[in-house]
Order: sequence, then C-alpha cells, then structure tokens
Amino acid sequence: MSADVAESPTALADRGELALGLPESYLAAGHTLGSWLTATDHKRIAILYAISITLFFFIGGAAATIVRLELFTPKADVVGADTYNKLFTLHGVVMVWFFLIPSIPTTLGNFLLPLMIGARDMAFPKLNLASWYLNIAGGILTASAMLAGGIDTGWTFYVPYSTVFSNTAVSLGVLGVFVAGFSTIATGVNVIATTHTLRAPGMTWFKLPLFVWAMYTTSLIFVLATPVLAVTLLLVLAERVFGLPIFDPARGGDPILFQHLFWFYSHPAVYIMILPAMGVISEVITCFARRRIFGYSFMVYALVAISVIGFFTWGHHMFTSGMSPFAALVFSFLSFIVAVPSAIKVFNWTATLYRGQIGFESPMLYALGFVGLFTVGGLTGLFLASIPIDVHVQDTYFVVAHFHYIMVGASVSAYFAGLHFWWPKVTGRMYPETWAKFSAILMFFGFNLTFFPQFIAGYLGMPRRYHVYPPEFQVWNVLSSAGAAVLAAAYLMPLGYLTWSVFFGERARNDPWNASGLEWRTTSPPPRENFLGKPEVLAMPYNYHPEGAPPIKDRPRVPAQGSLT
Amino acid sequence: MSAVGKLLREPWDGLGLPEERALARQRAVATFGIWIFLASEVLFFGAIVLAYTVMRLEHAAAFAAAARETNIVYGTLNSAILLTSALCAAVASKSAEHAALRRTSLWCLSATAALGLAFLAVKGLEYREDLGRHLVPGDAFPLREPAAQLFFAFYWFATGIHAIHLSIGVGLVGRLIWKGWRDPDFLPGNPQVEVGLLYWGLVDIVWIVLFPLLYLPGRSG
Repeated sequence: MSADVAESPTALADRGELALGLPESYLAAGHTLGSWLTATDHKRIAILYAISITLFFFIGGAAATIVRLELFTPKADVVGADTYNKLFTLHGVVMVWFFLIPSIPTTLGNFLLPLMIGARDMAFPKLNLASWYLNIAGGILTASAMLAGGIDTGWTFYVPYSTVFSNTAVSLGVLGVFVAGFSTIATGVNVIATTHTLRAPGMTWFKLPLFVWAMYTTSLIFVLATPVLAVTLLLVLAERVFGLPIFDPARGGDPILFQHLFWFYSHPAVYIMILPAMGVISEVITCFARRRIFGYSFMVYALVAISVIGFFTWGHHMFTSGMSPFAALVFSFLSFIVAVPSAIKVFNWTATLYRGQIGFESPMLYALGFVGLFTVGGLTGLFLASIPIDVHVQDTYFVVAHFHYIMVGASVSAYFAGLHFWWPKVTGRMYPETWAKFSAILMFFGFNLTFFPQFIAGYLGMPRRYHVYPPEFQVWNVLSSAGAAVLAAAYLMPLGYLTWSVFFGERARNDPWNASGLEWRTTSPPPRENFLGKPEVLAMPYNYHPEGAPPIKDRPRVPAQGSLT
Repeated sequence: MSAVGKLLREPWDGLGLPEERALARQRAVATFGIWIFLASEVLFFGAIVLAYTVMRLEHAAAFAAAARETNIVYGTLNSAILLTSALCAAVASKSAEHAALRRTSLWCLSATAALGLAFLAVKGLEYREDLGRHLVPGDAFPLREPAAQLFFAFYWFATGIHAIHLSIGVGLVGRLIWKGWRDPDFLPGNPQVEVGLLYWGLVDIVWIVLFPLLYLPGRSG
C-alpha cells in the first residue's frame, strides 16, 4: 500500500506526511477472509455491514420490482394473490429491518463515529463485531422463512392474522427480526458509550459534528424502543407456537394491544431511519455550501426533540382502529408537534445554503434531493396526522407514497450522499464524478416518477396490498411502474461505478472536499489506529467560509483552522 | 505482562495512559455500557408489565381468581432465594476489587450461582405442579373464566422469560468463577465482574416486580 503511494506522490495531500512514513491503512492490515470476519476494527466491521446490507437491499428491491411489474396492469397476470402477498411482505421485512434500520448507523456510523470524535475505535469493539453476526443470523433466519414458503402478513405482522390464521412461515420470520433486534441494541449501547467516553481532548458536546449527534440520538431510540418490539415479537411467537392467548380476541386477548406495542417501536423506527440521514445531510450541505451550519445548537436540539417526541406519536397509526376519539386527538396533536423540529432542520439547511458558495458535486446533488423529498414526505405526514384526512386515505397508496418519500426518498438519498461524500475516506479512491452526478439526478427523477403518482392514486382511493385494482387507476400505476424501472437503474449504477472505483479509481487525497471535521485530518484510507498522533480539537465544527477554498481538485490542501492531528 | 495489563482491552490499551488509569477508564465505560443495556432491559420487561396491566384492568375478577391458583409457597421461597443471591452478588462485586479478597469473591460468586440454580430448581418444581393441574391455556384448562387463561398466558410468558434471563446470569457468573479459579489475576479489578453482577441485579429486581403481580392478586381478602 505505502509502496503504491510512494510511486505517485501527487496522490497525497501533503508531502510532509510521506516523509513522516505513512502508517499502514486499515485495508492493508490483512487480506484473508478470516482477517475480515474476525476483525474488531470498526472500519472493517462497517465494510462487512456495507456488503451485507447491499445484499439485503437488492433482495428487497427485487421483490419490489416484481410487485411493480404485477401492478402494471389491473389484472393478475404476473403473480397471483398469495405470491403477491408474500412478495410485498418480503420487500417490507427485508427493507425495513435489514436495510433501512441498519443502513446509515452501521455503515457510515460505524466507520465515521470514532474518526469524527478522534477515538481509536468504538468503546466495545468485540460487541461491535458480535452485532454484525447477530444481524447476519437474523437475516439468515428471515431468508430461510422465505425459502420455507414465505410470509403473507405484511411487514407489520398484524395479529390476529399472523398468530391465528396465517399458514406461512411467520414464526421463522418473526424470530429473524427478533434476533436482528439484539444487533440493534448492541450497536446503540456501543454508540452511546463511545460518544460519552472516547471524545478527543477539546471535543465538547457542542463541538460534536451533527452526524455524531444524529447517531447518538438514533442510538437512544435503538436502546429504548427495540426491546418493546422484541417483547411484541416474542408474544406473537408465544401465541403462535405455544398457543398462549394474548392477542386473539376470540380467547379474550386484545389485538389493539399489539398495535400499541408494535407502533411504540415502529413509529420511532422511522426516526431511526431519518435521524442519521439528517446527520449526513448536515455534513454534506455545510461542506458544499462552504458555509458554517446555520443554527448549530438548534440543529442539535431539533435532533434530540425529534428522538424524544417520536416516542409519543405511535397512536397516529391507529386512528381507525377503534381507539377512543380523545386518544386520537392527543396523538394527532403530538404528531403535529414532531413536525416542528423537523421543519427547523429544513429551514436551517436552507439558511445554510443561502449566500453559500454552492458546489454541485454528487454528494451535494443527493443531499439537495434529500431536502426536497424529505419536505414532500414530511408535509404529507401532516395530512396523515390530521384525523379526517387520515380516515379518508387510510390504507391507500397515499400512505404508501408518504412513507416511501421519507424512508426511501429521504433516507436512501442521504445514504447515497454519505456514501459518495466519504467514499474517498473509506476506500482511498475517488469515484467517477460524472457517473455519480448522472445517477443522483436519475435517482431523484425516478423516485418522483415512482411515488408521486401513488399520492394521486391513493387520494382517489386505490387501496394498498391488492394485486388487482379497478382499471381507472391504471394510468397512475403505469407511471409508477415506469418510474420504478428508472429508479432500479439509478440504484444499480452506483453499484457498478463504485465497485469499479475501488480497483481503478483515482487515488483520493486526505481531504478531497476541503472539509472540516476530524475524519479528514487523517490519511485516506485511515490507518488501523485512525490517527497518527493524538487528535485535539480547538475550533468549532463546520469552520467553513464562503470565500474559503472550494473543493477544487488541483488546489493544494488548505490546512483547516483548528482541528489538528 | 502485568496483572493489570492482561485485563486491558481495545481501545483502552492504546490511550497512552498509565495502566492503572487506563483500566479505571475501561471499568467506568464497561459499567456505563451495562447500565445502558439494563435501561433497555427495563423497557423490555416494562412492556410485559404494561401488557399485563392492561389485561388485568380489563379482566380484574378473572385475574384475581387465576392468581389464587399460583403456588405462593414456591413463589415466596424463590423471592427469598433470589434476594439472598443478590446479597452474595453485591459482596462479590465489592470484594473482587481487592486482590487480597480473592477467596471471598470466589465463595460469594459460587453462592450466587448456587442460589440461582436453586431458584431454577424450585421454579421447575412449581412448573411441574402447574402442568399437573393443567394450568396451561388450552382445552384442558380447569378455570371457567376465559380471561383466566390470559393470566396464565402472562404467567408462563413472564416467568419463562425471567428464567431464561436468570439462566444466562448463572452462565455469566459460572464463567467468572471458572476463570477466577484458574487464574488468580482474573478477578481483582476486572470490569467483567461488576458488569456480570449488575446484570444479576436486574434479573433480581425483575422478579421482585413479577412476584406481587403474579402471586398476590386475589389473596388479600
């Protein structure tokens, strides 16, 4: 590795670093499969996660593709009702539990959190590795449920259908999700402990990068919400396998109780998907606008507020379940409240862009796409939080479109923004910028073409979870399916060019974006110990100036003020 | 390598601090981490208690009638056993901080594990009696109120989950005993001791909540 670098000194940010003798990068610290599968290095574990969740992403994506193909025509001409139910369940279960929830926290979070706070590793490196194995074990259990005939309950496993009536492999799938929950809790414990105890000297709480704050608040949800889901899933298993009556109304049980417990986790889970995304976007926007983030402390308070208020909004999933009108009113109010910190974040990103020296590199394109899609998703969330409209569009494609805007549009865009932004740091290689820009634009276009027609179809009354529909909805479904094809292409392209760049990409400098933040103050890719010396933090985060150096390739690196290695 | 150096782990061994101070930080973080995990466990059992509470409010009379069928002698005996184990665990945790008290720590750890096993044995006897009386939700269930089956669903679920937690605790303490017995440097100052015994404390406290919920309703009048 260091021999390669020595041959091309221009690839280095600083000749001085060459003279010092570069440390071996974490990628060069062992090339066998065993050295990866037993690694306690947070950077290697992040790569393991990246590979496994990419696999899950394409499994879930394949199921979605067949679903969209089936909905191209009003009749059942691709798959029948049973297969259709199993496909959308597979799509939901894999995407929610094995892609969206672990996506940013376990890949970017795992890789960057110690780097950003100037630590050598996570607080519990072995637990970190164990959590990957638990995630994989859960994934294998769920995948085997698919091989054992699939699940037809939908990703929510609603009772009493899932406990009493369904004859599919529900138990295996539920067990898989339960096991994956351990992984989530372990990650949460690790992140919280790391953030509290391993910050470099000078890295006070209000100098933490917003991405770290986002990971921290997400982890609070990980730790406090996941166990409730775990109990709920165990109760489903107890009822299904041992016949204990808990949710079955025929035996005195209460199916609404399931919904309360389930959504107590699963609504905060939406914030698990969006808070890390917000963290990524804050880093990217401030870097490419060359502006200090607007209202740093309010950005922090907003993250904390979203994670806390998120725990009090679960009831808005149950407006039509027979809950008392008073409870519905309270949950409606609380759901509106959570829009306030979300809006603060959007306003502050906009204010950061204002008078910025904006560069339209691909991470920024993804980030701007995020802001647009998140705003649409958030505003339609307000529709759904108001009881009368929710009753009208309950279980229609309006809801499907809304949560896809947040969970896929926003969250996946942010994942791609972060992936491109930190790709040079992770791999030591640059990706092909033209391809990346093209795929970012294509993704935004494809996403809107896929999901915006679903708002209309849903508003007109097309219900979700059906494989056939009245012919008058066909035009919206054709648009949506066409968009899905574009979106699929836009998701496949990064897989191609990012893989290519690992082997053939131009060598990345230590800080290709002229960014602030400790992670750029080490080599690309970082050494096993993360930093050459002991990092110390002197400046506030996001020390950008509009007149400062934009990320131009040939410009020599401008040492950032303050944060030093 | 010194006794302290052997206990140091990543990333605390790379802090550039003197070994004693690095180990002190490692201890502090391990304790902090297990407390976060215990907070998460509290939510886990909290959800069970919440579901139980909702059902009991809906079916107060049936729950009282069903709870009278539990065996309070076994329940009380188990509470006494587990509280005593908590005492041993606390003494073990404190004595393990000093190398001179290694024998005390080993004895207290052994007593903790033995009392844990005794709890499981008593619980097994109680389960056998419950099974003999068909107190399992299903067709042969003897009580007439339908919601009595709900009570026993929670009884089996909650005590079963608790027994699994306790078995894990016995395993953790057993491992500490085994390692501490083989290696005189293992126990003194090792963060694993406090972490394991804090977990034991949670399992204890959960039983203190479950006992009145499952055994005492319907017995006051």
